[in-house]
Amino acid sequence: MNESREIPQHAPSWHEWLASDVPTSRLHARCVQLYLSWRAFRTNTLAMVGLFILLGLVLVAILGPLLITHDPYAQDLSKRLMPPGTGGFWLGSDELGRDIYSRIVMGAGITLYIVALVAVTAPLMGLIVGTLAGYLGGWVDNVLMRLTDIFLAFPKLVLALAFVAGLGAGLENAILALILTAWPPYARIARAETLTIRNSEFIDAVRMVGLGPLRIIVGHIWPLCLSSIIIRMTLDMAGIILTAAGLGFLGLGAQPPTPEWGAMISSGRKFVLDQWWVAAMPGLAIFTVSLGFNLLGDGLRDVLDPKSSGQGGGS
Amino acid sequence: MTVLPHEEKHRRRGQPPPFLASLSRLAGTMLSVLLTMIGLLAITFIIGRVMPIDPVLAVVGERASPEIYEATRKAMGLDRPIIVQFGLYLRDIFSGDLGTSTLTARPVTEDIARVFPATLELATIATLIGTLLGVPMGVLAAVKQGRLVDQIIRLVGLFGYSMPIFWLGLMGLLVFYGILGWVSGPGRIDVYYDGIVPSVTGMILVDSLLAGERDIFWNAVSHIVLPASILGYYSLAYISRMTRSFMLEQLGQEYIITARVKGLSEWAVIWRHAARNVLVPLITVIALSYANLLEGSVLTEVIFAWPGIGSYITTALLSADMNAVMGGTIVVGAVFIGINLFSDLLYKLVDPRAR
Repeated sequence: MNESREIPQHAPSWHEWLASDVPTSRLHARCVQLYLSWRAFRTNTLAMVGLFILLGLVLVAILGPLLITHDPYAQDLSKRLMPPGTGGFWLGSDELGRDIYSRIVMGAGITLYIVALVAVTAPLMGLIVGTLAGYLGGWVDNVLMRLTDIFLAFPKLVLALAFVAGLGAGLENAILALILTAWPPYARIARAETLTIRNSEFIDAVRMVGLGPLRIIVGHIWPLCLSSIIIRMTLDMAGIILTAAGLGFLGLGAQPPTPEWGAMISSGRKFVLDQWWVAAMPGLAIFTVSLGFNLLGDGLRDVLDPKSSGQGGGS
Repeated sequence: MTVLPHEEKHRRRGQPPPFLASLSRLAGTMLSVLLTMIGLLAITFIIGRVMPIDPVLAVVGERASPEIYEATRKAMGLDRPIIVQFGLYLRDIFSGDLGTSTLTARPVTEDIARVFPATLELATIATLIGTLLGVPMGVLAAVKQGRLVDQIIRLVGLFGYSMPIFWLGLMGLLVFYGILGWVSGPGRIDVYYDGIVPSVTGMILVDSLLAGERDIFWNAVSHIVLPASILGYYSLAYISRMTRSFMLEQLGQEYIITARVKGLSEWAVIWRHAARNVLVPLITVIALSYANLLEGSVLTEVIFAWPGIGSYITTALLSADMNAVMGGTIVVGAVFIGINLFSDLLYKLVDPRAR
């Protein structure tokens, strides 16, 4: 009876292979786990909506040049501040007669660029600091965690403002400021995970095999920290987008004429009471994308980390 | 079961009396707060160092001779070792000197004392709105878990987390000021009311009541309602979400079943039993959201031309007034740390288990 379960009579279909409860290899086991998580995730409608929004963002960012109807930088003062749907402008035109729709489409790439850079760097920085602190313990732990606490004690936007004030305005500096303010929560999470993993038997085992601390941390502790880091990251991204837009709005991020969404809202601010669309449209774009991240993060947390569902979140 | 006198004495000597223990814990907390504070200052100090603007040049101007440049550099203490400079920086700040603003030509401390009450007023009203609406919403969502009401409240919260606050502020101005005309526009008060009431607390709502000026009070209310509601929406999103999860935790406890078995009304079970236990962790949440509003107020103040610390920092930033930017940053950071500490202490005071 057992026999027949392990050796299928026919070649397994993809579905059978993925849903198998007797994996034949490590890769197979991992695929099965991913597939089961995906099935749980798929039933969460809101999370799927979030996923589609983000896929949309990526598509728009990649296909941007094909989707635009006007040159996003071309000015036409005779057609300034046209309402949506008039003069060939789907979402209206701004104070220099530029097409808002085309600028939003091109801005998607900038948003994605910011998010991608911060999403890769900040968690990595936190992971390094947190696992080092947790694994080595002692004074290293003390110093690193004190440093983390100091950064956490600062309100994010104000710290980012201070950094940009020191470094000078610009997209790259804004991203740097975002990274410098975003890493501490990851360090906290990674340290907490490391502390629980550090004393487990399999770590003792690899230590006895003769692996050094570096290989233990990178090869054996990092993979186990990943799921909680990824959840936190998705939930954080919405906040990152909002802070980035805030910096752009204050004129400290991407500089004109770059079609960054926050900066676009800033330029529409002066005539919001009469020509509302100039400020409203880019804001809707920011709102949609960060809602997408929030929905996805919520759903991922329900799937990957059921015990904490419904708690925390926000910035 | 009598305890012999000498036995009790012995036991007491083994561990310090309770008030000393809590005193030493308090000292530990204070020390870590002080360390955090110094770290915060180290960060602002370093930012001040890496900035591309030469502070000496900013004072003497570009055409100054090398001698004057050197003399000024010495006078500013910039020729000393960096650690000494940091020491002097700490000394100045702990004695309340944040330098002079190049923009207003006044001491930064004085400037901030003038603008801070406006921020405090805004954040306080916003927290009130967020708490008074957020807590009942969270309780309702928990009681109706999984139902339509719960889903709607969750979405309302998610929307709050996802909207750029400056955009929501602009849209609020457009709709409620521009189209509907329900509220007054940007600023704290109409121009012709400006400067009539003497500034006692710096908060117009309080000052106008103290002076007995009802018209001015209602005018100030019509100005603060929109920015405070928009800020309050953000704390509502956070507070309702946390209330919901705390409530769910309580509603699953056995004493709730006991209360229900006793035949108590649903109202009494929810509000007299469960909600009361939720109150303790909620204090921390409300304090945290209050601290976060200080941050959220930066962008809101810019939109509503609200003369608070957020406007102060951003205006200074755009004119490269570093003393003002760093001074504002330090004050916001210090208040942030202070509120966190306060909520910690309050938590210990209210929850007997944490003592």
